[in-house]
Amino acid sequence: MKLALRDVRIAFEGRTVVALDALDLAENEIVGLVGESGSGKSITALAVMGLARSLGATVTGSIALDGRELLGLSERQLRQVRGRRVAMIFQSPVSAFNPLVRVGDLFVRTLRVHGVDSTDAGRRAEDALREVLLGPELLRRYPHQLSGGQAQRIAIALAVALRSDVLIADEPTSALDVTVQAEIIELLRMLRERERLSILFISHDLAVVAQLCDRVAVMRNGSIVESGTTAGLLRHPSHPYTRALLAAVPRLGGGRTA
Amino acid sequence: MTDVAFSEAELAPPRPLRRLLRTNPLLAFAAGLVLLLVLVSALAPLIAPYPADAGNATHPLETFLPPSWHHVFGTDPVGRDLFSRVLYGTRISLTVAAAVIGFSIAVGLPLGVAAGAFGGLADTILMRVTDIFLAFPALLLSLALAAVLSPSVTNATIAIAVTWWPWYARLARGTAASVAGRPFIAACRALGLSPLRTIVRHVLPNSLTPVIVQASADVGGVILTSAALSFLGLGAQDPTPEWGLMVNQGQAYFPTQWWLVTFPGAAILLTALAFNLLGDGLRDVLDPRRVVGRT
Repeated sequence: MKLALRDVRIAFEGRTVVALDALDLAENEIVGLVGESGSGKSITALAVMGLARSLGATVTGSIALDGRELLGLSERQLRQVRGRRVAMIFQSPVSAFNPLVRVGDLFVRTLRVHGVDSTDAGRRAEDALREVLLGPELLRRYPHQLSGGQAQRIAIALAVALRSDVLIADEPTSALDVTVQAEIIELLRMLRERERLSILFISHDLAVVAQLCDRVAVMRNGSIVESGTTAGLLRHPSHPYTRALLAAVPRLGGGRTA
Repeated sequence: MTDVAFSEAELAPPRPLRRLLRTNPLLAFAAGLVLLLVLVSALAPLIAPYPADAGNATHPLETFLPPSWHHVFGTDPVGRDLFSRVLYGTRISLTVAAAVIGFSIAVGLPLGVAAGAFGGLADTILMRVTDIFLAFPALLLSLALAAVLSPSVTNATIAIAVTWWPWYARLARGTAASVAGRPFIAACRALGLSPLRTIVRHVLPNSLTPVIVQASADVGGVILTSAALSFLGLGAQDPTPEWGLMVNQGQAYFPTQWWLVTFPGAAILLTALAFNLLGDGLRDVLDPRRVVGRT
C-alpha cells in the first residue's frame, strides 16, 4: 500500500474533528475523498503532509507511506517527505504561488532545497512543463501572468519535477471553469499512467470524482461513512448521506433535485 | 489549450522611466527632487561657494549681509555664507535620516516579521516589548535621551532611532501576519521548505512594500525631529551646519534678518515634502501586480 491511514484522530484543543478508521491509497491508484465543506477532508490531507501540527492540531493513529510511519517523524525528516515524496496542490492555483517569484526560480529553488543542483534543476523544470503540456517560456513568467489553468498545471509540474510518488490534490479544480477542469482531470489521468503517480483527490464535486477516481471515500463530520469502487458506490449508494450528495449533483435539463 | 496566450508586447518589460513620467508625474517629480537632494549632499564641497563657512570660519566684517549675488542666501551673525551652510546641511539631515531609518528597518523588520509569521508566544513577547517603547511619546523620549547624552548630531540620531524602530516592528508584524496566512505560504511548507526559509525567502519579501513606503515617507519626519532637537539645543551644536540649529540661531533676528530663518526652514520643508511625495507615489506603484501587470 502506498499510503495507509489507520485510526487517525485529529483534534484541536481536545475536540476531535477527524476520526478516520481506515483510508488506503494503492500505488498508481486515484482515490477520491468526498464530502461537504468542514467535513475534515483538508485537515486530513494536511495531516498526511505533517502540516496539521503546525496549525495546532494533535494527530494520533498511524499514517504510513510505503510502510514507513510518518506520524513520529521529526520536522527535519518530514521535510524530506514533503514535496519530495508527497506533493500537494491546492484549490486556488494562482494564490498558491509567491507573487514575487518567477516560475523558473520557483522550480530551481525548490529542487535545490531537495538536493538537485542548479543546472539539473533547470532541465528538470523544462521537462516537467513539457509533461504537463506547457511551453518552457512560462518559466519566465510571474504568477499573476498565469491563467488559473496554467498555474494549476505548473503546481502539478512541480510535483513531477520533484519525482513525488504521491500527489494530494485538495480541490484542485474547484476554482477553475469547466473546460479547464476537464483538462486538469485529463492531465492527472495521464500522469497516473506515465509517472505511476498515486493520487488522493479531495473534492466536493461528485461529477468530477466520478470521471477520475478508481475508488471513493465519502467523509462526513470527520468520519468516512462509506467507501468503495467509484462505479459501485455511485450506482448503489448505501449511506443516506451519499445518496443526498448524489441527489445534489445538477443534471442537464433537470435542474437540481434535492 | 484554452489558456490565454500573451503577446510578446504584453510581456516585454515596460520602459520604466517614461512610463513613470506618464502615469505618475508627481512621483517622478518627487524622485527627481530626492535625487537632487542626494546629489547636493554628495557634491556639497564642489557646489558650495564658501566651503570653509560650513565649519568654524568667521568673517567679522560680513555679518548679517542680506541675500546678494555674492551670498545668495545672505550671511549669518558671524558672517558665514548661509547658502554654503544650507547645502552642507543637506548632508547632515540625509545622513541622520538614513541612519535612523536604516537602524529602524534593521531592528524592526526582523522582529516584526518573526512576530507576525510565528505568531503565538513569540508574537506576544516581541510585541509587548515593542509596546513598552511605544508607550512613551516618541518626541518626549527622544528629548529625554538626547538630554541625558551630550548634545551632538550622533547622539541626537541615537535618541531618535531608539524611539523610531518600534513603528517598523509594528508595521512589519501586521503585514507579515497577513502574508503568513496566504495560500502560497502553506504551499511553501508543503514543498518541504523549512519554517525559517519560508519566512526569510517568502514572508519577508512580501512584507517589504509597506516598509519601503513608510521609510521614504519617514525621511521627512526624521529630519523634522532632528531639526526639532537641534532647535531645542539638544542636537547639533555650532558650528555644525544643521538646519534646525540654523533656524534656532536665526529666530531672534527674524524681524530684521529674515533670511537666517527662512532659507534653512525652506530646506527642511522642501526635503520633508520631497520624501513624503516619494512615499505616497511609491505606495501607488509598488504593488507587483501594477508594475508588470496585465492591465
